[in-house]
Amino acid sequence: MVNFDALIAALWIIPAVAIILMLALRLPHLAEYLNLLTSIAVFGLTLAILVAVPDKALVTGEQYILLTPLGAWVLFCVGLVYLLASIYAIGYMRLLPEEKPRLHKYYALQAGFALTMLIAPLMNNPGIFWIAIDFTTIVSAFLVGFEKEAECIEAAWKYLIVVSAGLALALLGIILFYWGGTFVLGPTYALTWANLREIAPKVPETLLFLAFLLTLVGFGTKVGLAPMHTWLPDAHSEGPAPVSAMLSGALLNIALLGIYRFLSIVDSGGYSLMGHTALLVLGVISLFVAGLFIVRQDGAKRMLAYSSLEHMGVLAIGFGFGGPIAFAGAMYHMVNHSMNKSLMFFGAGNMMRAYGTKSMSKMRQVLRYYPVTGALWLLGAVAITGAPPFGLFLSELTILRGGILSPNPWAVWVMAILLILIFIAFMNHFRRMIWGPEPEPDEVPTLNLSLWNSLPMWLALIPVLVLGLWWPSGLWGFFQQAFMVQP
Amino acid sequence: MLIFHLGPLATSLFSLLAILALVLSFVMLASHWLKNHVYAFAAESWTIAAISASIGYYGHYPELYIIAALTALFRGTFLPYLVLRLVKRLDIQREFTPLLKPSSSMIIGAALVIFSYEVSRQLGVALHLTDNIAVLALTCMFSLKLIGFLMMILRSEAISHILGLLVIENGIFLGSQILVPGMPALLELVIIFDLLTIVMAFGMLVRFLQTHAGTTSSRGLQKLVG
Repeated sequence: MVNFDALIAALWIIPAVAIILMLALRLPHLAEYLNLLTSIAVFGLTLAILVAVPDKALVTGEQYILLTPLGAWVLFCVGLVYLLASIYAIGYMRLLPEEKPRLHKYYALQAGFALTMLIAPLMNNPGIFWIAIDFTTIVSAFLVGFEKEAECIEAAWKYLIVVSAGLALALLGIILFYWGGTFVLGPTYALTWANLREIAPKVPETLLFLAFLLTLVGFGTKVGLAPMHTWLPDAHSEGPAPVSAMLSGALLNIALLGIYRFLSIVDSGGYSLMGHTALLVLGVISLFVAGLFIVRQDGAKRMLAYSSLEHMGVLAIGFGFGGPIAFAGAMYHMVNHSMNKSLMFFGAGNMMRAYGTKSMSKMRQVLRYYPVTGALWLLGAVAITGAPPFGLFLSELTILRGGILSPNPWAVWVMAILLILIFIAFMNHFRRMIWGPEPEPDEVPTLNLSLWNSLPMWLALIPVLVLGLWWPSGLWGFFQQAFMVQP
Repeated sequence: MLIFHLGPLATSLFSLLAILALVLSFVMLASHWLKNHVYAFAAESWTIAAISASIGYYGHYPELYIIAALTALFRGTFLPYLVLRLVKRLDIQREFTPLLKPSSSMIIGAALVIFSYEVSRQLGVALHLTDNIAVLALTCMFSLKLIGFLMMILRSEAISHILGLLVIENGIFLGSQILVPGMPALLELVIIFDLLTIVMAFGMLVRFLQTHAGTTSSRGLQKLVG
């Protein structure tokens, strides 16, 4: 029997100690390696937890900690993206010499952001889960505004206001859930996911729906589902590139985990179809909005931010379809998207620094000036649009396959058409960046990118390719197991 | 459950306090002076502290006295102090670019209260709670929520947005005190501190906004679109 308490304690204590050391020593160079070491340790721990996770929900830490297969999976995504982002951050932040005196603050914030994300998925109490999500917002808002330019601060401000207002709705939903339970379990009982699932069949339909819709809209704001997505393109495009990768590849999954857990409450109340359809509809709207904005986008990172919106839509549709096949597809998609989106943001960060602009129309002849980074970026773009032979192709296809058998088969067609539209729009942007006209003489990039800038791109691309060619059968079994366990 | 065993005196006391909190939010809607907003918010928080304390008394929840004291201390005193300091530092006396006149915003606010009442009544029917204090608590909770959103929509100053958010949180707190007084006190404590951190984060960002973006009005924050 693995000692999960010790693993989880180490998972939280190591980043906490690292943050204290970084802030106390104030040495920029030490901080970057300290953060790297922390991320390696965190990745190892999340992997160990994932490998050892039992095939039923494990409640520990005086009822405050909940470990489920899906939770461990989300946690693993956090560890993975944190590791990739920490490797990349070394290369990226060295391209910003003016930030050097504040580098230890940056790495402390980054480790703090990772820490809040390592706490949230393990919370057994929906109220404390809500608070953990709130803290991820506060910490990441300062990372988004780290460069202190007008745009960055504007993005951080909008992020904090919009998400806090959204999360306030989710808190109201949680309180209504608890209130529903007081009619069954008496005025005072422990607020846990399992208790809420237990009372759900006895709560009147109206109250259950109202509470669920409030949490769906609230955490949906954090996931960035349209039409509550307005903060997402700003925050994802204005933060430093490693932060964008962590926001997109790790944070959004956690909020989605929250939605899925609330969905399981509605499921056990016997109103499965309504809850799933609500999530599905939000997913379809997100895909549609993302598609429209990707077509006419010029900012490289803004396009990727809308692509995050697209993939959260795909995940929402996958979980919304329900059923073991779509569920497995959605879980597979989660990890593929985490790696692939990190790769894309790293590539965009490199090109933004190299060409000194965010605008894709000014990044020209990318492959000629940066054959390696450019090629990795292009392959990543092919992968993120769901083209074979990459992992996202398999996972999106599995979601579509699961959808045909679901009660909402119409969404399969809408999703397929929108994905094709997004594929065309994405490839069109990359076509212009690769075969477009020569750059102006004064716009020719001269920056030399180091290994730190391209290594994490390799590390992200290779697994996405491998997972596209070979879906490990053990992983399929794990997804089926995760489907059977209450999240 | 508390809401089923209240005497007439307690019921009228709770109703009075809840409605007082609602009226105070209309004070905020009706004024464009930021200081008035902060004072009304402080008064509202004290009212909610009074609700907590009286529920602790009538429902025999001793831990609610601590919650009441902390509410009065943090929400009623410290938060308003922080916001007032921010108002002074930014040197903004009033909201200059409201979308609607006070009278029109109050009419919209009244419409929102009626809507909240209708939703709460429906819920009350579904739960067999008509004529119960729960319907009033739900009405106040939803109304404060919607009025908070209305304030955020109609006004563009960053401080007004913070205050709108605080009104929303007050609404949730008010409702939760009456509906679920037995909710684990730990959670409420953490939420109070969470609110404190978030307001401090807002304060820092507002100052960054002023120094780096040159404006604290959302009308000036239009660099990021599309």
